[in-house]
This record gives sequence, structure tokens and C-alpha cells, in this order.
Amino acid sequence: MNEQELWDLLDEVMDPEIPVLSLVDLGVVRKAEFVAGNPEITITPTYSGCPAMKVMEEDIEAVLQGVGFDEYTIKTVLSPAWTTDWITEKGRKALQEYGIAPPEQATSDKNALLGHPKEVTCPNCKSRKTKMLSQFGSTPCKSLYQCNDCKEPFDYFKCI
Amino acid sequence: MEQKEALFNYLLRLADNAAILGHKLSEWCGHGPELEEDIAIINTALDLLGHARSLYTYAGEVEGKGRTEDDLAFLRIEREYKNALITELPNGHYGDTIARQYLFDQFNYLLFTELEKSSDETIAAIAAKAIKEIRYHLRRSIEWTLRLGDGTEESHNRIQESFDNIWAYTGDLFVEDVSDEEIIAAGIGPDLKALQPIWREKVKATLAEATLTIPEDGWMHSGSKEGRHTEHMGHILSELQYMQRAYPGCEW
Repeated sequence: MNEQELWDLLDEVMDPEIPVLSLVDLGVVRKAEFVAGNPEITITPTYSGCPAMKVMEEDIEAVLQGVGFDEYTIKTVLSPAWTTDWITEKGRKALQEYGIAPPEQATSDKNALLGHPKEVTCPNCKSRKTKMLSQFGSTPCKSLYQCNDCKEPFDYFKCI
Repeated sequence: MEQKEALFNYLLRLADNAAILGHKLSEWCGHGPELEEDIAIINTALDLLGHARSLYTYAGEVEGKGRTEDDLAFLRIEREYKNALITELPNGHYGDTIARQYLFDQFNYLLFTELEKSSDETIAAIAAKAIKEIRYHLRRSIEWTLRLGDGTEESHNRIQESFDNIWAYTGDLFVEDVSDEEIIAAGIGPDLKALQPIWREKVKATLAEATLTIPEDGWMHSGSKEGRHTEHMGHILSELQYMQRAYPGCEW
């Protein structure tokens, strides 16, 4: 197995809370390489207290063992701190289709630059007329929004 | 004092602040005033728990006696906890919780902004991660201070009373001792005395916007850095440590 194949393998490991998003797409996997013939994976938490970290580690171990690796290392690093900018284009699309609004790019959001609430697109009907119900949502990485047009409440992957 | 000992003390203070306040906030789980707020406050508790875990783990490494994050979090006696007194105050009514949270968030925000520049790489990394979360905490506690302060006559009066009651515990946040001197000299952490006037200005501005009056500085409680706590601390620990005391070494 080469490093690219190792990345492909990790791309099959899904986020335990958002099962359409792989750990690679989420930007949690920072490094995947072979050291002395054994895989060495470096991951970083999205939020300091993210309770899914332990599960992510176990899921990575399971796929590595699944293809026959007995010896491997999984390291956790805090620096540089995870940012939503690391979510891949494929990941953003998967979030949108799953019904979670992906983080808005700060530069395209004039409201946010002026200190007003962010304009977030409803993943259900694509309306821009949405409002924030709460800064905090079902997991540490999400806020709770509602669409003013289709009235559907939805999660927004908050930008950090 | 050796720098290693000062660093260990310093890390414990940061970790204990996060662990004890996180524990107090977690008591609101299922009791928040509305569903969204219940979720928000528990998210904040979870973030703080995350900060505590990183800081305890690092404290254990610095100490070099093989103590884990759990050993430090659960197996010390009251006097060995160094959290600021404000973090152990009772939740009270929601105005009490918000006043306590805002005063602490404003302090924590200024502190961790400085810690991002720490000469200690691990502290800088933990701070760079934590500050993104603390920003959300601060924004939320400011919003609630405005909502309650500039709300009804009842909410205004009650949260003003909360700020008045808690005020005497804020001086303790800025007390410095020999460990702090060592930490400041080594460029690991900021001079708390220099943060105090900035903190005060920020608090004054928020309270003014919330139509509240900043309480006058009078006599202040202190002692957290020597492990002298309020009467509330023992009760917190009896609950926090119950599992480890009843079933020593138990693991999930």
C-alpha cells in the first residue's frame, strides 16, 4: 500500500455524527504516512471537547486492522488549530445534500464582515432568507438556523 | 521556585478553572430556561471540559510523576484545587449563572488571547484552539447580559443584583503570586495586573449597554491560588469525585 492508498482508505472512515462526511473531507486527518513500514496517522479535533474524537480514533483503528495492519500509530495534534476552511469541496457538497448548511466563506459574506449575523443558505430550498435560532446546535460544531421561506429548521456548520 | 513547578501550578489553575466551571454549567443539563439555551450552555460546558482535558494532560507531563488527566481532575483534595473562586459559585437563578459566566468569559477571552502568544508551544497550541470556542462563549454571555439587563424591570433588577453579589469574587481573578511572576518573566503567560483595567473597561461597556451599573470595587475575596475556597467547593467535589472515591480506578 502506498500513501495515496492510505488516504483513500481513510476517506472511507465517516464522521460518527455526520455519516456522509469522511474524516479526510472534514479536515480532521492532517497526515497519513508510513513510518518504518507502519501507518502513522495524525488527527486534530474540530472542537476541544469533541466527544467524537475517541470514536474517530477507534474507527480509524478498525479500518487499518481490516486491511491487515497490526502496528500503527494514531497521533493527536492541536496545532495548527482546525478550521472549517479545511473541509473539502466534496465535503461541503455532501453536507449540503445531507441537509446541513456548510460553513459560508467569510469573504463572500458582506453581512458578517460588517459584524451582522451571517447570511446562510437554506440547504432545503436554497433561500438566503434564513435566521439564526441559536449559536449552539446539536453538536459543538453546529449552530441552529431556520429558513424564513420554507420554515424548515436546519443545522449550520459554524465557521471557525 | 523552579520554572517547572511554576508551570505546573499555572497549568493547574487554568485547568481547574475550566473543569470546575464546566462542571457547574453541566448541572443545567435538562434544566435550561429553553431548549436552545439548554443546548448552548451544555455546549459551553463541553468546550470547557475539552480545555481542562488538554491542560490536565499537559500538567501531568510537566510534573513528570505519571499522573494522568483523570488523576488530576478527580483525585486531589480541596486545597489542591486552584480554580478561581468565581468558578465555584452556585448556579442560582439564570441571571446569576449569566453574570458569573459573562465576568469569567470576558477574563478568559483576554487571558487566552495572550496565551496564544505564549513562549510555551503546548500552551500556545491549546490556547489557539480554545480561543475560537471562547469567542462563542463570550458572544453568548454578552447577548444574555443585554437581554436580561435591558429586558423587563424584573429581569433588570435581578441580574443587577447578581452582578452586585458576584463582584467581590472578581478581584481573585487578577491576584498574582510567585508562580505568576515566574510565568510572566518566562513569557509563558501575561501580567494579570495589566489585563485588569482592560477587563474592567470591557465589563463597564457591556453593562452600560445592558442598562446596568458596574458595581463599585470594595473588599474582595481571594485565596484560590493557595487553595482556599468558598464553602461551595467541598460540595462540588463530593459530587464530582463520587465515582472515583467509591470505585477507585474505575474506567468507562
